[in-house]
Amino acid sequence: MPQETRPNGTVIAYVRTAPPAPVAPPMAGLGPLRWIRDNLFSSVSNGVLTVLVIALIAWVIPPLIKFLVIDAVWSGTDREACLATPARPEVGACWAFVREWFSFFIYGPYPVAQRWRVDVFFGLLAFGIGWLLWLDAPRRDLGALFFFVVLPIVSVALLRGFPPLGLPVVETASWGGLLVTLVVAAVGIVVSLPIGILLALGRRSDMPAVRLISVLFIEFVRGVPLITVLFMASVMLPLFVPPAWSPDKLARALVGIALFSSAYMAEVVRAGLQSIAKGQYEAADALGLGYWTSLRFVILPQALKVTIPNIVNSAIALFKDTTLVFIVGIFDFLRTIEIARGDPRWATPVTSATGYVFAALVYFVICHSMSRYASGVERRLGAGDRR
Amino acid sequence: MNDAAGIGEGARAAPEAPYAVEIVDLHKWYGDFHVLNDVNLRIARGERIVICGPSGSGKSTLLRCVNALETYQRGQVIVDGVLLTHDLKRVDEVRREVGIVFQHFNLFPHLTVMENCTLAPIYVRKMPRKEAEAIAMHYLTRVRIPEQASKYPAQLSGGQQQRVAIARALCMNPKIMMFDEPTSALDPEMVKEVLDTMVALALDGMTMLVVTHEMGFAREVANRMVFMDEGQIIEINAPEAFFSSPQHERTRMFLGQILAR
Repeated sequence: MPQETRPNGTVIAYVRTAPPAPVAPPMAGLGPLRWIRDNLFSSVSNGVLTVLVIALIAWVIPPLIKFLVIDAVWSGTDREACLATPARPEVGACWAFVREWFSFFIYGPYPVAQRWRVDVFFGLLAFGIGWLLWLDAPRRDLGALFFFVVLPIVSVALLRGFPPLGLPVVETASWGGLLVTLVVAAVGIVVSLPIGILLALGRRSDMPAVRLISVLFIEFVRGVPLITVLFMASVMLPLFVPPAWSPDKLARALVGIALFSSAYMAEVVRAGLQSIAKGQYEAADALGLGYWTSLRFVILPQALKVTIPNIVNSAIALFKDTTLVFIVGIFDFLRTIEIARGDPRWATPVTSATGYVFAALVYFVICHSMSRYASGVERRLGAGDRR
Repeated sequence: MNDAAGIGEGARAAPEAPYAVEIVDLHKWYGDFHVLNDVNLRIARGERIVICGPSGSGKSTLLRCVNALETYQRGQVIVDGVLLTHDLKRVDEVRREVGIVFQHFNLFPHLTVMENCTLAPIYVRKMPRKEAEAIAMHYLTRVRIPEQASKYPAQLSGGQQQRVAIARALCMNPKIMMFDEPTSALDPEMVKEVLDTMVALALDGMTMLVVTHEMGFAREVANRMVFMDEGQIIEINAPEAFFSSPQHERTRMFLGQILAR
């Protein structure tokens, strides 16, 4: 007996002589009823909430489905199709209107004969984004080169025109719809990240002049609304430069948006830089890695990794902010819907609602895919940390 | 052990500068706080110095002045004949030749063990990747963890991480190795594997500057013991004399406290 005990049974000394028999973990949390009790009705307040939420869903969802699907009008040539008649007193969404105007929503007033160029651009953009965002894709370095160098040049030639190759010039004034929204968002996101990184580094720099300039820029831009920046870019800029140099309206708005979002991106990246332990900077310094080398291989990979959710958050915010370019007279996606819903040929009580629902759906699909992608990446990187 | 400095010099290339490290009249302040006060220390090539002292005595700060992780306000730090100033180019030159192992390892968590070891040789020494990997494998074998080369730091135990950190520093082929309390953050059963690695390094004649409270290690490898308190060097002595008959009252008190355990 390796165990010595006091008369009352307390163990004084103990030495294990044989390993304990293996025991399976207790069966827990099995069965749907158990799940429902644990997750939905674990307490009184939780149960009340569950009931309330179910009631809310029951109250909201059926009418929504009725409007969007059951009562919806799917085809037709003008407003007659979407008007209430005695035979059909309730009219839902007028999808016929969206169908008729669909290509305007996508291309805006872009010349019909040239719209294949926009389609090619969408294809290239999707290809580039896919290559870049698919983390296991082959040759992602080539993907980055394609996305950041080849794509912008090709896109300008394609969309704006390149007469030597038989692509007639299409002024940006006749761009519109989803095309403009995507161009503005893509340029904003793609340009703001590198500038934001530089500004964040500048703000943490040891050089007072660099720091001051970065801080001034970031604080100034964050202190004014995007609308102001857009107005300044489109109204005030032409006052300062000779008309011949004045870049076109879209380009001015692009510059404004890119600068605006890079100030926000800078703060996001700075938070990431600050989250890196001091020891990492010191270890890199101690190995004699220079400033840029240690940034590239040690600091930024770690800092950007922790900032991915926030970068995507900024990207989503920026994507929705692009609607503000309508203020300086650019036909973005939302603006094309605004124009279309004023069309007297389709003037019905449900036209506006349908247009806005369609806009909401498009924005939701794009923004939600960004956010799903981000959480996928986050999970994957989190799994890496748990290794 | 006292003539071990000779072994070190034999093992290395002919020295250009008379000392590996020369610290002359060094002073450093944090605001009004005098962290380093009149520090003078000359370290010969191949010499192994162990610095001990109570926490806050400036040991780590002194070490960090030698590879310019800290700046100083007065005096001179000359490493391998190069005076450390604010000239960044020279600072990087010195850092290449001085390896340091930190208390908390400071491995790069997003890189594998192999990438941790080859990063600086490839981008600082401009070594071809193949060659850098061969050298990294050599040192990983020496610290006895070659089989972990493709793992990430988080997959290793503390002792293994610290040995990777030692290998990473060695891959730069440094002339001087510094250790800043390398075993203080380790679980007790892992201390020995790290100390064994350091002893092996000492036997190879590496110039070493070690801040540690591992007195057994100090006795075994140190050529000289340095005791610091309140930013000053209180006593420098050969290990036997240092442990058997410390001269200064503070040294006696300190040793009494840490050896009593």
